[in-house]
Amino acid sequence: MADASFIAEYRWLTFVTFLPLIGAGLLLLFSERSAEDQAQIKRFSLGVSIVTFIASLALLRFFDPTAEGFQFVEETEWLGILTYKLGVDGISLPFVLLTTFLMPLTILASWGVTTRVREYMVAFLILETLMIGVFVSLDIVLFYLFFEGGLIPMFLIIGIWGGANRIYAAFKFFLYTLLGSVLMLVAMLWMIGEAGTSDITVLLEHEFSAEPFSLLGVYLPAGIQSLLWLAFFASFAVKMPMWPVHTWLPDAHVQAPTGGSVILAAVLLKMGGYGFLRFSLPMFPVASESFATLVFVLSCTAIVYTSLVALMQEDIKKLIAYSSVAHMGYVTMGIFAANQQGVDGAVFQMISHGFISGALFLLVGVIYDRMHTREISFYGGLATRMPIFAIVMLLFTMGNVGLPGTSGFVGEILALVVAYQASTWTALVATSGVILSAAYMLWLYWRVVLGEMTNPKLADIKDMNTREILVLAPLAAGALILGVAPGLALDMFSPTVERLLLDYEAALAAAETITTAAAD
Amino acid sequence: MNNFSNDLLAAAPEVALAIGAMVLLMVGVFVGGSEERKGRVVLPMALALLLAVGFVVPRFDGAQSAFNGLFITDDFSRFAKVLILFSAAIMLFLGTDYLRRNNLLKFEYSVLIIFATLGMCMMVSANDLIALYMGLELQALSLYVIAAFRRDSTRSTEAGLKYFVLGALSSGLLLYGASLIYGYAGTTQFDRIAVAVSDTDAPLGLLFGLAFFIAGLAFKISAAPFHMWTPDVYEGAPTPVTAFFATAPKIAAGALFARAMIEPFNGIQADWQQILAFLAICSMFLGAFAGIGQTNIKRLMAYSSIGHMGFALVGLTAGGEQGVQAMLVYLSIYLVMNIGVFAFLLTVTRNGVQATQIVDFAGLAKTNPASAAAVAVLMFSLAGIPPLAGFFGKFFVFGAAVDAGLGWLAVAGVIASVISAYYYLRIVKLMYFDEPGEPLEIVGGIEHRIAWGVAALLMLFAVAPFEPFNGLGAPEAAAKAAEALLN
Repeated sequence: MADASFIAEYRWLTFVTFLPLIGAGLLLLFSERSAEDQAQIKRFSLGVSIVTFIASLALLRFFDPTAEGFQFVEETEWLGILTYKLGVDGISLPFVLLTTFLMPLTILASWGVTTRVREYMVAFLILETLMIGVFVSLDIVLFYLFFEGGLIPMFLIIGIWGGANRIYAAFKFFLYTLLGSVLMLVAMLWMIGEAGTSDITVLLEHEFSAEPFSLLGVYLPAGIQSLLWLAFFASFAVKMPMWPVHTWLPDAHVQAPTGGSVILAAVLLKMGGYGFLRFSLPMFPVASESFATLVFVLSCTAIVYTSLVALMQEDIKKLIAYSSVAHMGYVTMGIFAANQQGVDGAVFQMISHGFISGALFLLVGVIYDRMHTREISFYGGLATRMPIFAIVMLLFTMGNVGLPGTSGFVGEILALVVAYQASTWTALVATSGVILSAAYMLWLYWRVVLGEMTNPKLADIKDMNTREILVLAPLAAGALILGVAPGLALDMFSPTVERLLLDYEAALAAAETITTAAAD
Repeated sequence: MNNFSNDLLAAAPEVALAIGAMVLLMVGVFVGGSEERKGRVVLPMALALLLAVGFVVPRFDGAQSAFNGLFITDDFSRFAKVLILFSAAIMLFLGTDYLRRNNLLKFEYSVLIIFATLGMCMMVSANDLIALYMGLELQALSLYVIAAFRRDSTRSTEAGLKYFVLGALSSGLLLYGASLIYGYAGTTQFDRIAVAVSDTDAPLGLLFGLAFFIAGLAFKISAAPFHMWTPDVYEGAPTPVTAFFATAPKIAAGALFARAMIEPFNGIQADWQQILAFLAICSMFLGAFAGIGQTNIKRLMAYSSIGHMGFALVGLTAGGEQGVQAMLVYLSIYLVMNIGVFAFLLTVTRNGVQATQIVDFAGLAKTNPASAAAVAVLMFSLAGIPPLAGFFGKFFVFGAAVDAGLGWLAVAGVIASVISAYYYLRIVKLMYFDEPGEPLEIVGGIEHRIAWGVAALLMLFAVAPFEPFNGLGAPEAAAKAAEALLN
């Protein structure tokens, strides 16, 4: 194996993170007067995102899953009190790759955009930098910067290129997620004051006090940790999104352009889960344990409630958005079960959901581009005119349901095992979610793709073209390969998860000893 | 005699400004020709004077008190003076074009700006209640006049009068408070007051005086609930005057506030901390809520500045070196953002009339993409969204508050910042999401574009973690200034 030290030496992570931003800067030099100009802008953006993807593959090539701690770490002094520190471990690398992998496909899927193409591509490339940055930051403030900075391009993407009700959706998205995050900022400030550093690697070692106390009459079983946990939870639960703070998501998804929906579902939602794994679980173990029941209840509610809501939707995008909320329920359940299957399942489910929900939104985009409506009742019998679409849609429908052989199955089965370990009742509720997801997805498929074609407007609808097939083929391959050989991904993050859980158990045991000692 | 020359040397920047202003007054009187010609002759000289003093101030070093302790020059006062002098010069320069277009380019304007700046420099160097009042009034009297500078406009006159009446009231409060402090501490000099209040519990009368004193100061930085004059004056005054009001005087009053709290009353921090926390919360939330309903951009910026003063006060409330440093960093960033926004507002017209309605900006991104992008960056920065510099201002003040055990104040602050984000976003929404109405014209010269372009770029890059940016030395300079204040 070649020597991997050069990756840190040449600041490869910085390069991968900021390459799209540089591309966005160069895009500003392009003029956008004719259709030819627009095509050139699109080709250039696609090129930048592909180069970024290839550059990120070097990380995969030299990443050692069994090595402890963070890899490719680079560090610079920043503003006197902070550090600019980047690095990846087994949990963050898959998300970096997911982002860089999806971005070229998103840009390719946006080939049909004709208004303000340059701004569109600039917004997406900036967003890519910010998303990668979230996953590679090893400084808590740097993380917050990337985490919140992503709101700006997404706000513009929804607001400029969105649907009829885009302004409401853009404001709701922005203010909702901002309100969730600012409490996390206060918690971060407290942690920096307490530990004297904003370095995540040091904060992970730091033991935050878990001595219980009462605040304004409310008993906090893990003391300060409870407060910090709740502040982080406010942010990640909104981002995830968990029931009952998920209401921004359907609006944002429905109004966003196809590319925006794909990125939102496939990457932005995963920041919540990543945050839980990076901060909540390892930094506040005692609080995580004490709040696990709350998370379980919210997750189970999400799984059943949003599945039922999904059944009643008349808009395809809204249905898939609600299904995302339900699927994220399995992720939160897995994470806070805090055992190997649970966390493995959660990470796997997030990656798999990135492929599947991204693909489903792309498929909606395919028919929306042709008919300019997402009403389920408008469609029907598409299989007769669009056979390729029908096959691809079937594959991802099955993936979303969790059929064995697709990646959706692996994440779901691991989460269900965990649910069963927790209690039979949880398992019962969680399994009913699987059945419900089969119900709404198959019903959707039946109403849109199968049956008689009764709407005369659909008579001339064209099947997917080469570009659209090219966009969806890698996603289909990903969903199938991970479904058949989940080890490819599991091997990457499992060792990190294992170490994370060992530290978690140790921290819990230590806290236990302190509590018993205090009781004596 | 030697002592006196030392004193003069310590106050050299102020002396230069005072003499310069009087010379310029003479020049204005003796130069022949029309009013505009006088204005055109005096203005470059005034600019040169402000810039020259601005470049000289940071050459000084160390701390020195002069005139029997009435006046002090240290790192803190120099930090504030550099900001004041340069922002005054920039705003004077950027306002020229507007003044010329509206036949307001009279030489008195430049002279009054210099007198106001002189007053501000006195304020931040005052080490005594009397010296403080002298600087404050010199500044305020000049500002009253330039607020009403457009004599034929009822709004401008109204603004000037309103500012004068309320300003006089606040000066009364401040003087009453100062007299009580003098009565109970037996001295007007800050360091001697500090001795008087440190060894014992502060007498009730002194606290009573302190409350009045703070109320008077709060009026000067337009902190709620003493903010009532701000929206009317901002709206009524000619735009260059509003732009000036939003920048240099805010820095001066903020720095004065910091010195007047920390130097004499650091020993009884717990007593003034609660008053300041109250002012900060009122300002942040008033700025956030009242800005939502505004349709006039100048009024909106008034409420925005009220809110921002609330955030700056959070830093001062936290106190200590960290708190003062945070406040100074916040004020510096606030200054750059406001210079950028007002450079833009000074130049946009529709059909030859200054565009002051927010809806006038609809669709600007289509008609004028570059300036829309710059303004959008400034708006996101004002809202405190990372990764823009505006976020770091908030990061510093809330960090100081949390470290000082004022976590609840930080929580209130971040919630207020989310609410206020709404109206900044609304401007972005108008520019980017809406269709253009009648096209806006950007009438200003290249200097305006440079000003708002540089401001936007600073918001984007000033905090980038690589040289030569990395905060541009501002946090370090602010830390040095805070250290000087506390020792």
